[in-house]
Amino acid sequence: MGELFLEARNISKAYEGVQALDNVGLSLGKGSIHCLVGENGSGKSTLIKIIGGVVTSDAGEIVIDGGHFHHLSAIESIREGIQIIYQDLSLFPNLTVAENISLNQMVERRTQVVDWKEIRAIAERALVELGEEIDLNILVEDLSVARKQVVAIGRALTQNAKLIIMDEPTSAITREEVDHLFEVIHRLKAKGIGTLFVSHKLNEVFEIAETVTVLRDGRKVGDYDASDLTNDKLTFLMTGETIEYHPYTVDSQVVSEPPVLEVRNLTRKDEYTDVSFSVRRGEILGITGLIGSGRTEVALSVCGLNQPHSGEILVESEPVTIGSPRKANQLGISYLPEDRLTQGLFQHQSIGDNTVIAILRRLLSKLGLIDWTEKTRVQDHWVNELAIKTPSAEVSASSLSGGNQQRVVLAKWLATEPKVFFLDGPTIGIDIGSKSNIHEIIRELARKGMAIVMISDEIEEVRNNCNRILIMRKGRIAGEIEDPTSVDDAEIFRQISGKNGSEVPRT
Amino acid sequence: MTQKQANNVTLVIVFLAVTAVMSIFLPDKFLTVINFQSIVSQFPEYGLMALGIMLAMTTGGIDLSLVSITSISGVTAATVLVQYANWGLPPTVVIILAIVAALAVAAACGILNGLLITFANVPAIIATLGTNGLFLGIAIVVTKGSGISGFPEEFLVIGNGRLLGIPVPFLIFIGVAVLVGLLMNRSRLGFEMRMLGASPTVSQFSSVNNRAVLIKTHILTALMAGIASIIIISRVNSMRPGYGSAYLLITVLIVVLGGTDPAGGFSTTLGTVLAIVTLQVLTSGLNILAFTPFFRKFIWGLLLLGVMVIHYYRRRYYEKRVTQAARNAPPTPEGQT
Ligand SMILES: Nc1ncnc2c1ncn2[C@@H]1O[C@H](COP(=O)(O)OP(=O)(O)OP(=O)(O)O)[C@@H](O)[C@H]1O
Ligand SMILES: [Mg+2]
Repeated sequence: MGELFLEARNISKAYEGVQALDNVGLSLGKGSIHCLVGENGSGKSTLIKIIGGVVTSDAGEIVIDGGHFHHLSAIESIREGIQIIYQDLSLFPNLTVAENISLNQMVERRTQVVDWKEIRAIAERALVELGEEIDLNILVEDLSVARKQVVAIGRALTQNAKLIIMDEPTSAITREEVDHLFEVIHRLKAKGIGTLFVSHKLNEVFEIAETVTVLRDGRKVGDYDASDLTNDKLTFLMTGETIEYHPYTVDSQVVSEPPVLEVRNLTRKDEYTDVSFSVRRGEILGITGLIGSGRTEVALSVCGLNQPHSGEILVESEPVTIGSPRKANQLGISYLPEDRLTQGLFQHQSIGDNTVIAILRRLLSKLGLIDWTEKTRVQDHWVNELAIKTPSAEVSASSLSGGNQQRVVLAKWLATEPKVFFLDGPTIGIDIGSKSNIHEIIRELARKGMAIVMISDEIEEVRNNCNRILIMRKGRIAGEIEDPTSVDDAEIFRQISGKNGSEVPRT
Repeated sequence: MTQKQANNVTLVIVFLAVTAVMSIFLPDKFLTVINFQSIVSQFPEYGLMALGIMLAMTTGGIDLSLVSITSISGVTAATVLVQYANWGLPPTVVIILAIVAALAVAAACGILNGLLITFANVPAIIATLGTNGLFLGIAIVVTKGSGISGFPEEFLVIGNGRLLGIPVPFLIFIGVAVLVGLLMNRSRLGFEMRMLGASPTVSQFSSVNNRAVLIKTHILTALMAGIASIIIISRVNSMRPGYGSAYLLITVLIVVLGGTDPAGGFSTTLGTVLAIVTLQVLTSGLNILAFTPFFRKFIWGLLLLGVMVIHYYRRRYYEKRVTQAARNAPPTPEGQT
């Protein structure tokens, strides 16, 4: 590992009756690339926040470059060269790239007058150091998630970062962008800047990490050299069990039925063109493609959130117009959105309220009032069904770990008992153990007759769970895989990117 | 104890403290039936407006046109009422007509606010600032700037009558408050209003019809003003546009004092009612002591700041309480396979 930069010793932290961390230690070498893995709620984000000084630990100390801290504050942490990039990236969308990168440093200097030249200079320097090129005058809101990340990393560099911590940086970016991010991480390493990051995608962990620390239920399982681990072994360390996938198949009888949902020549200018597909009861149809390939836009159109310009949608062979999510809901179509934070979850409302918002009609008593006993029953049912880790359904959704929040959103839509269920990134941020759990739930729903459309950029996810896969590229359906068991991930990746050969992800 | 209950307990304590102080220092003036009757007949008119503001605030909006809606619907009712002699109808029929007309006009104002906010995408604060001028303007034009007075005797009961010694305005207020409480805690609309206030995007994705919810909210808010206008014109036996313009700020203060989050997503009807009553008790005590209006405002401001500070510490305390409660709660199954 080389020279030590940071050491967290015997860290413990309890929240709302949950022991988030229990006597956990972590050692990070100078310039090392270190990965933190563990199931949802195992304490990864909490540990990171303690190192960043935004959460105070109940016990333990942090040693940075030989200095001891019992109650590390956020300011001390930054001063010691630690920069955390949270999942929301904490950028100002309405400011330019240059302003975002330079802001912290300008604030620190306490200058009263804005020096625009200096702002540009700082930002330019940071980007050169990163070896990146981004137009400094663009507003951050107009950038892709991956580019925003680069801006956030650039901003970290202006603060003399020695360690950059990223919480699930790869969950919302494409495969190619992940590769790019990893290049950046290697470049940082060459400059002696270490990276600590969290990911639920184990193949990425193997690609980039030198050392892997595994947490389970707030305790440390151990530190491992990435080269000593295999996918199965790591899964076992995290979950205590091995996970096997069997391909999802449907009866030939199902396939002969008329489709529940049929889309014909759907087109929306600048987004997608001439998209046709259909899905039957019991099917799990996968749609994969790069971010920007139009897959989400098509799903939004079918679910009433993005009006198509031409084309037809048929539900149970009846042509329909779907002008709102409400209409979609009435027709039995539900959509689990891509972005949990801004589209899926009411952060500061209770888990229970989040669960029942789309089915209030069903909770009304004869007098037209909400039946609270029934509401409690429904929300408790889903907390149990999806094994949401919480002391009570009455607590705020914001107190849950990321993966458990995703389950709450899933619960909201499952409660509507849709006929057709679009899942856009159903397991983003969900740990490998629960992922197979959720996949099993989805399969069970399909077996019971629901039609499922699963949108994902995780090739493995669609290949393992879908009986049919559509490939989207540049707004068109570029191919269909009738039998996912007959192809490997590399082949699917080739079709997605439209390239031949070479650039194949390791899995 | 939920956050809401904790909030309301704070307000009850403040209310009791204020009442106790008044009772101790002014036993022979404050603790009289007459004084209590005057207290409970004074607040219903702005109490109703406060409930209206609370509804709008729950969705993350506001209604600055509320006082002007009382003007325009008050003018409507007054215009109908003074015609009764000409029409030769029994007074009860005219009174019912007047009330229906006033509420219909108020509802129309609410619809206009709602449409501006949902279809023209104007932020609530701007839209209702604009309609505020519009509604008041119409009321002034209709009355040509002067007051309308001389209503049927029977109508004055609404603002001045008593039932078993309890002032009628207070009974109306209690009835409406109970309905609002039911709306917010037990109805689908109330639930959706709260969720929409928490995040319009998420509620849209959750198949809530945001537009319908917002329009309904603004209709209900306006209806509160409509009911208030009936009480006002009956109490003073005349109608003058612009009456009650000082109520706007007070009602906003009351709602925040009551614990509603101005950013939307959290409100409490009971909290609002407690804040209304506390403020009225305080005002009436200060009136007895013959303080100047300036000093009264000063005391109000002090109270508001005080409750804000209490709210802040209570929230921190509440977080700790949840921790303890959670420890005692039976654990749910772990989130793993
Ligand atoms: N602010 C909070 N209030 C209450 N409980 C919390 C809070 N933050 C975290 N927890 C709890 O602490 C535990 C650890 O959460 P943490 O966010 O660290 O998990 P994680 O490993 O990052 O999970 P994920 O992979 O789902 O993001 C969870 O049980 C969570 O519910
Ligand atoms: Mg986390």
